[in-house]
Amino acid sequence: MRFSRFILANLFRKKIRLLLTIGSFAVALFLFTFLAVVKSAFSRGTDLAGADRLVVINRAGLINTIPLAYRDKILSIKGVKAVTHNNWFGGVYQDEKNFFPQFVIDPENQRQVMTEMAVPDDQWKVFENDRQGAIAGATLAKRFGWKVGDRIPIQNALYGPTKTWQFNLDGIYKNDHPGGDESQFWLHWKYFDESIPSVIKGLVGWYVVKLDSPDDAVRVAAAIDSDFANSSTETKTETESAFQAGFAKQLGNIEFLILTIGGVVFFTLLLVTGNTMAISVRERTGELAVLKAIGYPDRFVLFFVLSEALVIALFGGLIGLGLAVLAIPVVGAALNGLLPPLLLSVAVLSLGLAFAVFVGLASGLLPGIGAMRLRVVDALRRV
Amino acid sequence: MAIPVVYNLRSVRARWTSAIVAVLGIAGTVGVFVAMLSLARGFKATLVSSGSYDNAIIMRAGATSEMTGGVTIDTVKIVQDAPGIARGPEGPLVTPEVVLVAPIPMISTGTDANVQVRGVSKNVLEIRNKVKIVQGRMFTPGLDEVVVGKNANISYRGLTVGNTINLGNVRWKVVGVFDAGGSSFDSEIWADAHLLGPAYNRPDTFFQSITVHLASPDDFQKFKDALTTDPRLNVEVSREIEYYSKQSTRLTTLITVLGGLVAGIMAIGAVFGALNTMYSAVAERGREIATMRALGFSGPSVVFSFVIEALLIAFVGGLIGCLVVLPLNGLTTGAMNLQTFSHLAFAFKITPELLVKGIIFALVMGFIGGLLPAVRAARRPVAAALREL
Repeated sequence: MRFSRFILANLFRKKIRLLLTIGSFAVALFLFTFLAVVKSAFSRGTDLAGADRLVVINRAGLINTIPLAYRDKILSIKGVKAVTHNNWFGGVYQDEKNFFPQFVIDPENQRQVMTEMAVPDDQWKVFENDRQGAIAGATLAKRFGWKVGDRIPIQNALYGPTKTWQFNLDGIYKNDHPGGDESQFWLHWKYFDESIPSVIKGLVGWYVVKLDSPDDAVRVAAAIDSDFANSSTETKTETESAFQAGFAKQLGNIEFLILTIGGVVFFTLLLVTGNTMAISVRERTGELAVLKAIGYPDRFVLFFVLSEALVIALFGGLIGLGLAVLAIPVVGAALNGLLPPLLLSVAVLSLGLAFAVFVGLASGLLPGIGAMRLRVVDALRRV
Repeated sequence: MAIPVVYNLRSVRARWTSAIVAVLGIAGTVGVFVAMLSLARGFKATLVSSGSYDNAIIMRAGATSEMTGGVTIDTVKIVQDAPGIARGPEGPLVTPEVVLVAPIPMISTGTDANVQVRGVSKNVLEIRNKVKIVQGRMFTPGLDEVVVGKNANISYRGLTVGNTINLGNVRWKVVGVFDAGGSSFDSEIWADAHLLGPAYNRPDTFFQSITVHLASPDDFQKFKDALTTDPRLNVEVSREIEYYSKQSTRLTTLITVLGGLVAGIMAIGAVFGALNTMYSAVAERGREIATMRALGFSGPSVVFSFVIEALLIAFVGGLIGCLVVLPLNGLTTGAMNLQTFSHLAFAFKITPELLVKGIIFALVMGFIGGLLPAVRAARRPVAAALREL
């Protein structure tokens, strides 16, 4: 470009100011990315929920159980492809701080329903035949340094007198969806059911139903609930995403909080850069007038000012995004299982960059138009 | 000799646009900082105030919360005879409790929330003596009646006096509203423990926890030792207040880590903004500074003057930030406790101490933002600066 040297020379006229403005951009973009990532972590469960899956819980609430006998009845409903059942185990590994969800699963059907949670076939075979077997998600295994073959003690006070249950880690599952949940711990239904007091045997926490087609969701859900209406245990069936959304809603209005902070930052950033651009144009009134006096058309002056703003925005934005790429895994580790994995997506990064370009253009526009409209005579006289 | 502060006031007024930018940057940061901390505080305060120092809670050993514990009627009988328990007109002040969660729609979103339901003994109001019935009356033992906390009353659908609700396989009549002083009980529903268990097909001899009122707070150790050394029991005994403050750790950590990070990042941005403003102030005032130096004001007094100016801007920013978030104080919001998975209403809690912290935070940002430009201003050779323009 013919004018690139001119633009660069102007940029480096005040090095400290240039650094600070780029810094402000970097900080804002970093924050933007961080907030976007946290927000997506909060809604991940809902976004990734299978459209062709239903969750059946006890109408009296999730903590109440459902008879195992319901399984065959659910399976006989038209449109149901597979059914698996889970229980909340709620044990403690070493220390209460090491919280992670532990589910009792039905090894025969879990893989047919939770298709995205992939376990290598050989590991699954070992697990199926090992009553004390367990499967851990990849991030969970990494968090505690577990390897296949490890023995894992988990203390439990929920089912009968407090005792420590021993598990053999037989396999590790990976989630096929990027950023999907890999933090669960699965244990064998048979081991669980034979170890608990007889009054609570044969009761499951909830069923997950896989459908032939997502279009059947409403019909099948209604069919399941009406089948068990007026029985001792009534059910409540909803799609997996509705079920997850219900959980997310209870977490509080995190989304609003994040959008508010994002708004405050956006506004402040616009002011800071707008102000800096205005100052640097104001300082150069004389020079711009000279440019115009020697024949550069108005739109060139606007172009100079805008490209300066744009270069700063792009450069600062890229630095901020780069920092985010480096820092987000560290932050994720610091949160230690409190949130689903923090995942940086290309979509967030490109949105961030678009945002930087937009702010850059917007902040350069006012001073740029001012410079364009400048009357040469006035400007030269002012000096 | 010091440069009068009036000089700084005037110079801020002369460059008000860039001053406003710096003020807003700092105000935004301080606002986020105070709001996040007040959210974490409010949540913690709600749970901590649920516990009482002269109450003790007994759960099965190893249970992480009431929800994951279980005690039988035999345990209750042994506990009742333990030393140190206060006695009321109807015997020892002991409430064996059934704790569960029930899905009830929130009024705000229409979606279900996991509301904590607690089966209590008939003398529970003597044990939790901060809890007062403010509307209607207490439930009658043996009848299918419930009382609801004041936050539950306004947050969840159908929990008004005179209404009937379904819990388990029983229809209950809401007969009263209680005020538990802003604690987590305010988000709960209370019923007769002997009826609540059976409504959920549980034996009426099985409970989640036992809470006792001690004759004196000093009796705690004696009481605890008596139970933990009893070979017939395998229980954990803690002061109620300690149990509840532990229940708040997971969500408070989440809010504090996220909030701290966001405020930290914003602080860096705000310092950049302040630096930018002060550097341009110094650059534009090269001649003024040189003139002052020539008149005999010393280098340190120039530095001092500029730092004062930055602090002034930061102070105003901090003040605005605090004022903007102040209306949040007392605002009630809901969140799920990540330890019991039950929904809980709590209020933002902005204390004077938090506001002072916000202002100090602002002043630190102002100081960092003002110092470097001030030193630069003082260092410039007088002759060169005067010659400029």
